[in-house]
Amino acid sequence: MGYPDHMAIVTPQTLRQDFPLLVRHPELVYLNSAATSQKPEAVIEAVSRYYRELNASVHRGAYTLSAQASEAYEQARRTLARFIGAEEREIIFVRNTTEALNLVAYAWGLRNLRPGDEILLTEMEHHANLVPWHLVCERTGAKIKAIPLGDDGRLQLEHLGTLLTERVRLVSVMHVSNVLGTVNPVAQIAQAARAVGALVVVDGAQSAPHMPVDVRALGADFYAFSGHKMLGPTGIGVLWGRYEVLETLAPFLGGGSMIREVYLDRSTYAQPPQRFEAGTPAVAEAIGLAAAVEYLERLGMANVWQHELELAAYALKRLDEELPEVRTFGPRGPDRSGVIPFVLGGIHAHDVATALDQYGIAVRAGHHCAQPLHRKLGVAATVRASFYVYTTKEDVDRFIEALKRVRDFFKDWL
Amino acid sequence: MDRMSLLEELYKEIILRHYKSPHNYGSLESANVRVVGDNPSCGDQIELLVETDGEQIADVRFRGQGCAISQASASLMTDLVKGKTWAEALELERKFKSMILDGTPPSPELGDLAALSGVHKLAARVKCATLAWNALEQAAQEARTKAQGA
Repeated sequence: MGYPDHMAIVTPQTLRQDFPLLVRHPELVYLNSAATSQKPEAVIEAVSRYYRELNASVHRGAYTLSAQASEAYEQARRTLARFIGAEEREIIFVRNTTEALNLVAYAWGLRNLRPGDEILLTEMEHHANLVPWHLVCERTGAKIKAIPLGDDGRLQLEHLGTLLTERVRLVSVMHVSNVLGTVNPVAQIAQAARAVGALVVVDGAQSAPHMPVDVRALGADFYAFSGHKMLGPTGIGVLWGRYEVLETLAPFLGGGSMIREVYLDRSTYAQPPQRFEAGTPAVAEAIGLAAAVEYLERLGMANVWQHELELAAYALKRLDEELPEVRTFGPRGPDRSGVIPFVLGGIHAHDVATALDQYGIAVRAGHHCAQPLHRKLGVAATVRASFYVYTTKEDVDRFIEALKRVRDFFKDWL
Repeated sequence: MDRMSLLEELYKEIILRHYKSPHNYGSLESANVRVVGDNPSCGDQIELLVETDGEQIADVRFRGQGCAISQASASLMTDLVKGKTWAEALELERKFKSMILDGTPPSPELGDLAALSGVHKLAARVKCATLAWNALEQAAQEARTKAQGA
């Protein structure tokens, strides 16, 4: 079976020219985009232009420049809303997915959960969607349950009916696994969860950057994602919440910008989204993220997803056929993103990653902030190669060839 | 230096041999000091078991799992410190860490541990090489506390 030389993103080789870091390091095969993506010139320029031309205090100054800066920040909010099919007033700018999930845990969880209540998660969650709930459970007496993971790398949804009792107040699941690449049927889970009256939170850190997302179609109450994984700057992310739910939430952080009236001993709060944006926001970063979204929209998110599906299928096929010593994890099929976790014989993941680095291949090794998942897989650590818009078929070829040389190097010790 | 020789410098045969067949690996019934060292960022863990009178390391074993560098370092370390006094063991730790962290040429007393000197060039792997030694330092403190309490 042949694979087209030109994939859904027609000219990834040309696209690479948009990324100054990749141009500067032509020998680098960057396969760690699931951790953080590289940034196109358009994003770097947008951040730089803000500081050169527009920098001012937002939502405060009475002067023209402040109004322009505020407008640019609110324009970024509109761009993000359009990107995920949301309303502008439902977009809360946060630092990253982790902060977004903590916001829900603190603003909703601490106030609403009681002893005996249950939170339903999954066995494949990232620590960012585990630890905030641990902290909430310690203080509320609520308990955590998890949808089990099957051997095929998919959630065992046949257990959903049993798990979703009336005690479950909140269901929080990752849309796409950062380790296995599994695309979870979030809409189906959300529908079942809402039928028992549970709130639904979706960790979109690995879906927003890679596929078309319509938060209404997901049927969730909250959807969280990070800017730095989708060509944007660090320090900026989004929590989307259904407005009716956001309105009922108390603040997470207190301070300037999130208030209506403040007295010495009490205060009243602004409406969402301002209620959840205390202090001076990350204005330049929000503008940079909007530039990233515009870049992705020009490519087309359906094309981005198709490109990654093709790269994943191509890489898995070559690994299967040419490297029998390599064991990969995760589902096979259209519900699998461009994330490939693997082990090479009995060689530890860190040693494999260090060896690949000698050939210019940048991959991540370890538990990828998913220790429960690795326990379930029965391995302490995996090597993970992850793809994005600028990843080319040649990158995958160089990765496979380097991995063969690494295998040869360790051949007596596998 | 080409890529292959960098790999060869780092993963010398003696390292891989200790990784696959570690010395002093397993439980130690007579242990009276037990510490666990871990690298939360990568998940590697080493449990160090020591039999000591507070002065000398009569016997030492380790358990756990990790990469070639952390396991070989633990295996070679336990070979080296067995029978030494705590003061001698901590002096060896100082010399080992100086080699790994500062790139100091390996002291002859480190013996086969000199094979790990290439780790100095790989900042990301320094904590793998030092994992067992940090556990040893913890064990020394515990041995001292126990001896004072006795």
